[in-house]
Amino acid sequence: MTQQHTFDVVIVGAGGAGLRAALESSRRGRTAVITKLYPTRSHTGAAQGGMCAALANVEEDNWEWHTFDTIKGGDYLVDQDAAEVMCREAIEAVYDLEHMGMPFNRTPDGKIDQRRFGGHTHHHGAGAVRRSCFAADRTGHMILQTLFQQNVKQGTTFFDEYYVLDLLRAPDDGRAAGVVAYELATGELHVFRAKSVVFCTGGYGKMFKITSNAHALTGDGPGVCYRRGVPMEDMEFFQFHPTGLYRLGVLLSEAARGEGGILRNSDGEAFMERYAPTIKDLAPRDMVSRAIYTEIREGRGAGPDGDYVYLDVSHLDPKVIDAKLPDITEFARTYLGVEPKKEGVPIVPTAHYAMGGIPTTVDAQVVGDAANTVIPGLFAAGECACVSVHGANRLGTNSLLDIVVFGKRAGVNAGEHAATVDHAELGEDPAGAVTRMLEDLAGHAEGERAAAIRLDLQVNMDDKAGVYRTETLLKEMEVELASLRERYARVWVQDTSRRYNTDLLEAVELGFLLDLAEALVVSARARTESRGGHFREDHPVRDDKNWLKHSLASRGDSGVKLDYKPVTMTRYEPMERKY
Amino acid sequence: MQVKLRVRRFNPETDSESRIETYDVPADPMDRVLDLLHWVKWNVDGSLTFRRSCAHGICGSDAMLINGTNRLACKVLVREVGDQITVEPLRGLPVNKDLLVDMEPFFASYREVLPYLVNDDPAPDTERRQSQADRERFDDTTKCILCAACTTSCPVFWADDEYFGPAAIVNAHRFIFDSRDQGAAQRLTVLNDKEGVWRCRTTFNCTDACPRGIKVTQAIQEVKRALLFRKV
Ligand SMILES: Cc1cc2nc3c(=O)[nH]c(=O)nc-3n(C[C@H](O)[C@H](O)[C@H](O)COP(=O)(O)OP(=O)(O)OC[C@H]3O[C@@H](n4cnc5c(N)ncnc54)[C@H](O)[C@@H]3O)c2cc1C
Ligand code: FES
Repeated sequence: MTQQHTFDVVIVGAGGAGLRAALESSRRGRTAVITKLYPTRSHTGAAQGGMCAALANVEEDNWEWHTFDTIKGGDYLVDQDAAEVMCREAIEAVYDLEHMGMPFNRTPDGKIDQRRFGGHTHHHGAGAVRRSCFAADRTGHMILQTLFQQNVKQGTTFFDEYYVLDLLRAPDDGRAAGVVAYELATGELHVFRAKSVVFCTGGYGKMFKITSNAHALTGDGPGVCYRRGVPMEDMEFFQFHPTGLYRLGVLLSEAARGEGGILRNSDGEAFMERYAPTIKDLAPRDMVSRAIYTEIREGRGAGPDGDYVYLDVSHLDPKVIDAKLPDITEFARTYLGVEPKKEGVPIVPTAHYAMGGIPTTVDAQVVGDAANTVIPGLFAAGECACVSVHGANRLGTNSLLDIVVFGKRAGVNAGEHAATVDHAELGEDPAGAVTRMLEDLAGHAEGERAAAIRLDLQVNMDDKAGVYRTETLLKEMEVELASLRERYARVWVQDTSRRYNTDLLEAVELGFLLDLAEALVVSARARTESRGGHFREDHPVRDDKNWLKHSLASRGDSGVKLDYKPVTMTRYEPMERKY
Repeated sequence: MQVKLRVRRFNPETDSESRIETYDVPADPMDRVLDLLHWVKWNVDGSLTFRRSCAHGICGSDAMLINGTNRLACKVLVREVGDQITVEPLRGLPVNKDLLVDMEPFFASYREVLPYLVNDDPAPDTERRQSQADRERFDDTTKCILCAACTTSCPVFWADDEYFGPAAIVNAHRFIFDSRDQGAAQRLTVLNDKEGVWRCRTTFNCTDACPRGIKVTQAIQEVKRALLFRKV
């Protein structure tokens, strides 16, 4: 049985972006938030370090410097108009959160405290600046809680543990008409008609093995849109964060280095001084991650296999560690049995953040082609979207900022759009495609489990599409993906029950990961330059003449099709990225 | 090493009662209990059902009863619990399937305590000022991840599922002691109710159970004191 619901706005996802959007759109129209996790389980809660805004509470700062840092940090692939919007609105966004009850750390005079973070500088790169607003090392947790609390206050309608598996587009003009969702508790499908659909489903780091991302981050939103004809922008740009716990990938925030932590190799040398003499350990993440791998490759890695380096905070005042870095030092104790107050913590780069995703305008409207043609009624915000404010490499603290600034814009615009249009017609049998997909997946009585296929995907992506890439590796990965797809077509879902069938959903999620991995690899192979998070050993320099442009990957009948669109420039001329 | 993993299973579509199933799981002392559950799900029985997401103790999805105490499966390592591990669903909430329980009663209590900042004054152009000491006053209770480990370890809650339970009180505390908040009176009235804080017998189970190290019992005591003196 398929149930039908009708709303003005449907928001898919209840992390920071979705919850911020919901606060706006539910004031403007009947809104449903559909989320596969209970809202407070969303991965925004894992964010540690902070959220940047040029409040200038502790030292001179202004949002123009923040804009410059964002563009330079993104290796000039950032749309400059979008970065201006984000950095200007950052200030109000932080105050909004504070007014909602966000418990920021405070300065002695009671203002919001701020600390240093990678790539954030004063006077266009002259030195590090204290710009990151934070709540100990659980800033994301506090943002998620605060936004959830406000939604409780406002009485937002949630559909918890519903998985959106399809986007409905009007048969005539392709505008958004609604979504199809699978209810975990019953195994039933629900069709949600809506005038505006907002995707806020977060990242897709689970295509890698060593990752800071949660199990749930499987790219469902981008996956659904991609299958329904929306191109994916800049998929080759994936951020590898320098400091993941050895073997596990659990993140140790850059806040550790912002507070004075230092990276050391097996000789105890503070090696970042050689790679970024000015800002050293606070250089942008892509540079630090490569530096770590270079140390390891050149034989200066630590441990029996020489395959990690140390994050050292042992010289910091223990009181600072307890007050400002309590959670991440506990991770080191719990998962590695290491005492950070006394010894270095073994770390390796970890797959962390998707710069690419669903292409949008600064008003969070999804665009469907290289000419930026808006798809009416379709919106996206947060990590699943690509505005693009992060370009080729996101600066730390700019994602929490992105989700609240563009989450708000998405909510406002989705609500206003809904007030001006009627519901689009649904095609015939709107849930048909999902029904068939689920029947196909559940249709094998034996074979290989999704977990085995996923593990092979992850291990191969780490090796072939990670920090260092080459034509040969990427080509191998394309071949590997073709075979993974064949295996996936025969996947065995062992749980045959209807209720709470997470086995089936893991298989569904793997399908999205495979599609997005393919878009990533094909985009990466085509881009014969190195820029930000995309580093090609066979093309190690940035090539503005040929590649200062965004990639758009679409699904064609014969594989992935690539197209390109220009980067929006306002006043910042590309220059070499030195720190 | 090999771990004997005993899991309390229940499939609502076929079972009238729960049963214990035993699995021999290859493990490393540094593995999380969550890793063992995944190993079973991915290699032995795909129908084994539980919630999880972040896998490092932040999202609150996987509180369960591990060798008799409430823990997050992703935050307990094999080396802490040994090679005989029994995993069961949280007590006091209806079991939907295997280790997955119905969280709605838990969230319903949470929603009742007005778990949000109440302040009707017009907001200033910048931040509301708050001293470092005032901020520190409620720091501990901001750590709550709503995993329900505390509430479902509480004997009063097991006996009387109308009782708000510790987690709801912790979240009330978080606002009652926030210098920016004006809703204390309203919240205290809710908590003074017959199912409110007075049912707490100070057994400290909740404090022991909290994976975030929140001093839950102390928070409840502070709320009781605030009620007695009606000031915060
Ligand atoms: C460990 C870690 C630390 C970080 N630290 C920082 C930091 O200090 N500063 C910073 O700026 N950024 C940080 N980031 C990045 C930042 O936290 C994330 O990019 C951001 O929180 C993403 O928010 P979101 O709202 O887009 O997605 P999420 O918070 O991931 O939420 C996604 C939502 O989508 C829902 N969903 C997904 N699929 C479906 C589906 N099929 N159907 C229905 N619902 C669905 C989920 O239920 C969830 O509610 C960090 C990231 C990690 C992993
Ligand atoms: S999986 Fe998130 S707390 Fe354990």
